[in-house]
Amino acid sequence: MTDRRALAAARLAVRPIVRVAPPSAPERVRATTPPHAIRRRRLADGAFRLTSLAFALSVLVITGAIAIELFVRSAPARHAFGWSFLSTSTWDPVFSHFGALPFIYGTLATTFIALAIAVPLGLGAAVCLAELMPHRGVADALTFLIELLVAVPSVVYGLVGVFVLVPIMREFGTPIANTLSFIPFLAGPVYGVGLLTAGIVLAVMIVPFIIALGREVLLAVPQSQREGALALGATRWETVRHVVVPYARSGIMGAIFLALARALGETMAVTMVIGNRPEIATSLFAPAHTMAAVLANEFAEATSDIHLAALVEVGLVLFGITLVVNAVARLMILGVRGGDEVRA
Amino acid sequence: MSRRYWRRRLVERVMFTLTIAATASVLGVLFFLLGYLVWQGASSLSWDFFTKLPTPVGEAGGGMANALVGSGKLLLVASAVGVPVGFLGGVYLAEYGSGSLAFAVRYAADVLNGVPSIVIGITVYGLLVVSVGHFSTLAGGVALGFLMIPVALRTTEEFLRLVPRSLREASLALGASHSTTVIRVVIPAAMRGIMTGIILSLARVAGETAPLLFTALNNRFWSEGWLQPTASLPVMIFTYAIAPYDDWHRQAWAAALVLLVLVLGANVFARVALHRGAAAQA
Repeated sequence: MTDRRALAAARLAVRPIVRVAPPSAPERVRATTPPHAIRRRRLADGAFRLTSLAFALSVLVITGAIAIELFVRSAPARHAFGWSFLSTSTWDPVFSHFGALPFIYGTLATTFIALAIAVPLGLGAAVCLAELMPHRGVADALTFLIELLVAVPSVVYGLVGVFVLVPIMREFGTPIANTLSFIPFLAGPVYGVGLLTAGIVLAVMIVPFIIALGREVLLAVPQSQREGALALGATRWETVRHVVVPYARSGIMGAIFLALARALGETMAVTMVIGNRPEIATSLFAPAHTMAAVLANEFAEATSDIHLAALVEVGLVLFGITLVVNAVARLMILGVRGGDEVRA
Repeated sequence: MSRRYWRRRLVERVMFTLTIAATASVLGVLFFLLGYLVWQGASSLSWDFFTKLPTPVGEAGGGMANALVGSGKLLLVASAVGVPVGFLGGVYLAEYGSGSLAFAVRYAADVLNGVPSIVIGITVYGLLVVSVGHFSTLAGGVALGFLMIPVALRTTEEFLRLVPRSLREASLALGASHSTTVIRVVIPAAMRGIMTGIILSLARVAGETAPLLFTALNNRFWSEGWLQPTASLPVMIFTYAIAPYDDWHRQAWAAALVLLVLVLGANVFARVALHRGAAAQA
């Protein structure tokens, strides 16, 4: 239908510069097109190309500006602290001592917890939605609902985290910490906010990614692979476990890495539930801090230049990490696509 | 043989039950989240929320009229930045996008898509807040506009590429130039998809909080013009949620419900529109 409408539009839109000529005489077509019309058309084509090129280039400029801006504005902090910025754990705006280790630790720890929860859950659900659902329409509808979770703004996750999850953690965390305090990961007072709470909120936020992308990758596995395994006598689970998932492995890893990148940079929801204390604690219940959260908390209120520069350097580190993680994810997903083409 | 067979069947049952449990728990979280938000939000939503300014601390009542208008203005600025760049950049990638320059642009868009939104906030702070001297609607809108670009760009490119070759050929055969073909035939044919992409990218940035914290800041009053700090729904939710007043918490829930309805509504609308279009085409 769109085809037909667009064709009609094409006919209406294109005022024939060329007068209708018998098809057997192409030289007369050329003769009836006035030269100034050809020049005008060339000019219009060139202008159109240049305009769109300018806007495409501005994407490059913006991305470059981000990198340069971070690099230049963090210069005072980079000169003052050198590499020790990444390995010391004092963060003291009053005495201008800045070490980002607690934030790096917090970011990595919360991301790890989130992945530990979200990967099994997400892959399980992806397998269920891609392999088990007898009716494709039902699976599509459920996937659509789950994808809606991606669209929920992170501040809303934070809000629910603060008023629902934090009280739950305080209620159930205290008895757990009391009875199991001999395990270092569970020792210490329970405030409700902390690493584990932030990890759980992050897990909820990234699980839809893993499900949606994972399901897509699983659905792309050729049916012949499944049929082969089933014909050899494998159960459906064995088919999934030993044939389908290994076939889609690099795509699944790509999905996990994209989720990882999102978890690393997530700001608002984490800021609201992590407790914002720049310390390296081993307990899952202890308050902590992340790179994105310290930016959200301190950037607008930083007064001294060196404090601001140190915060920008935290941003630079965060930028660098997400750059690497995204690149790895792209390579993996590219690997899947390239592989398919080779096989086809 | 048979015992081993039964064990394998048992493993299959157990594992598949676990995957169903995983799906059910994710869906459970979804329904809990939406249900809880509707319950909390609806009970705190009132007419005042849409029409009144925030009251001073400790005084009950008031609304978020300024934040609603502020969010609208921010999205307007964001569209002014993000739509032309995303749309025309996407046209370039679809029409001339085979060289190394196009590869660089695609790569830059991917990087931009992966940059944490708070880092974009830092950049725009450096570019537009430090130089002007104060926080502004303009700076916040530009930060959101940068965030829109990758989504708008890639969806524009994809939908332009989906337009059948025969349409282009028909137009060129009728004597139209390349630019006329693109502007009057290819783009109109892909318009539904492109609009969907732009709506989705707007919905994405409408809920962004982090890049606004130090570009648009916040404002308890009306923000005049484009160079004043402004309130916005997401920042209001954040500020009110972490404040110690019960009345503010209720307002935060109301704001979250309004924001969620807008964002999810836009998402559902865009997808349904796209689905209809695809069905009509087939």
